[in-house]
Amino acid sequence: MRRLSTALLLALVPSVALADGEMPQMDFSNPLTLDQVSWMAVILVVLYLVLARWGLPQIGKVLENRAAIIARDLAAARAAKQEADRAVALLTATLSSARANAQAEVAKAVADAKADAAAKAAALSAALDAKLAESEARIDAARNAAMAAIKPVASEAAGEMLLKLTGSVPAQEELVRCVEDALAVRKAA
Amino acid sequence: MDPHSAALLAKDIGAGLATIGVAGAGVGIGNLFGSFVSSVGRNPAARDAMFRDVLLGFALTEAVALYALVIALVILFAAS
Amino acid sequence: MAGPSIDALGQFSLTTGLGPIGRALNFTNSNEAMLAAAVIIVVLFAIGLKAKALVPGRIQALVEVLYEFVHRMCVDTIGEEGKRFFPLVFTIFSFILLGNLIGLFPYFFAFTSHIAVTLALALFVFVFSTGVGFYTHGFGFLKFFVPEGVPGWLLPLLIPIEIISYLSRPVSLSVRLFANMTAGHVMWEVFAGFMLLLTAGLGVFGAIASIVPLGLNVALAALELLVAGLQAYVFAILTCLYLHDAVHMH
Repeated sequence: MRRLSTALLLALVPSVALADGEMPQMDFSNPLTLDQVSWMAVILVVLYLVLARWGLPQIGKVLENRAAIIARDLAAARAAKQEADRAVALLTATLSSARANAQAEVAKAVADAKADAAAKAAALSAALDAKLAESEARIDAARNAAMAAIKPVASEAAGEMLLKLTGSVPAQEELVRCVEDALAVRKAA
Repeated sequence: MDPHSAALLAKDIGAGLATIGVAGAGVGIGNLFGSFVSSVGRNPAARDAMFRDVLLGFALTEAVALYALVIALVILFAAS
Repeated sequence: MAGPSIDALGQFSLTTGLGPIGRALNFTNSNEAMLAAAVIIVVLFAIGLKAKALVPGRIQALVEVLYEFVHRMCVDTIGEEGKRFFPLVFTIFSFILLGNLIGLFPYFFAFTSHIAVTLALALFVFVFSTGVGFYTHGFGFLKFFVPEGVPGWLLPLLIPIEIISYLSRPVSLSVRLFANMTAGHVMWEVFAGFMLLLTAGLGVFGAIASIVPLGLNVALAALELLVAGLQAYVFAILTCLYLHDAVHMH
């Protein structure tokens, strides 16, 4: 009966049968079922001791070691990068200071040249001014001399003209004064 | 039918009935993976993180089906 | 009835291993598999630790991945205190994982498919985590069974429920592992038996048709590989959760 129904349960094919008997796992009348547990206890205790005392700490040490080495290498790389950054900063500073120096030199040369040129120009213009003043003085002197020379000539000519026109000659001082008045009026005009 | 055969018949019927419990586990596993698929659809980035929990849930749910199977096996084969 | 039969459960039957010594000491074939699992773990560690290289080779990387996986699981789940329980959780996890995996190979015994084995492991975890709870909190650990923020008149109902759910932990923990491994192996055996039955029943045509159960078994092998890892993970993470409850009480 059991065979038949189990066969129907299990299969599409006829003539299926399960071997007679119980589940070996449930067969607690077999001493081996419980004896395997005590042997398992022995094996597990040994395995635990071997792993806990020998295997696992060493693996842990290997992993820690690796983490330490990686951390150390990373720190070294970071330090090297900092060093490089510092060198780059130094280079940049040197470059910029050199550039500033050069610019200062150039500016100084330009200023020197400018001052030189200005001094030369000033000297030249002073010399020219002096010459100009001298010339003007000379012109003034010449004109004054000419003006001084024109008075007697003018009064003499006026005297001559009056003599011819009127036949008489006015007093010399009056003539000179009239001529001077006329000259002064012309000069003012 | 003699009592012995009747007992064997009852055993077989009982074992068959015990397997009905597997249906619940079927619902559970379907629900589990259905939810997993829809969550992955919403957030594909969390797939790996979720899959570990899904496997755990699968194992726990599948165990329910196996309890039913064990009961069936015990009914059929345990010493009586 | 004629023809071959499917003996799906025979693969779980216990015999003595290691010849006459095993017979004398009741050292079973499942203990052989346990011994193999333990030896494989230790050998993996020995190979992995031989070089202790900065850039690990394959075996060393495997051991380190296992270590970090379990270590993260412990610390994430239990907290900083998890480091104390790490060797224990690692031993249980690696033992179950290797047991599940070597059980997948033909002629190897899957010792995690024995309820006695898984129940012993689960009971150990249960007793240990309860002990840790009482060691850490004294009798204050009993407050763990009093849910917070619940009206007083509900407590007579809720406290027994809490206690029952706490006591059911080793049962669910052990039956989960046992049932997963047993079911997988039974299904393999059943589908493999179908191939024999088809060939015996339908001759050449049956032999050709038995490609179907063979393909199913290949697919099942992939599933079983997943289950083997997953159940070891579940067992370990539930161990961590129970220890978390024992250490933090919530």
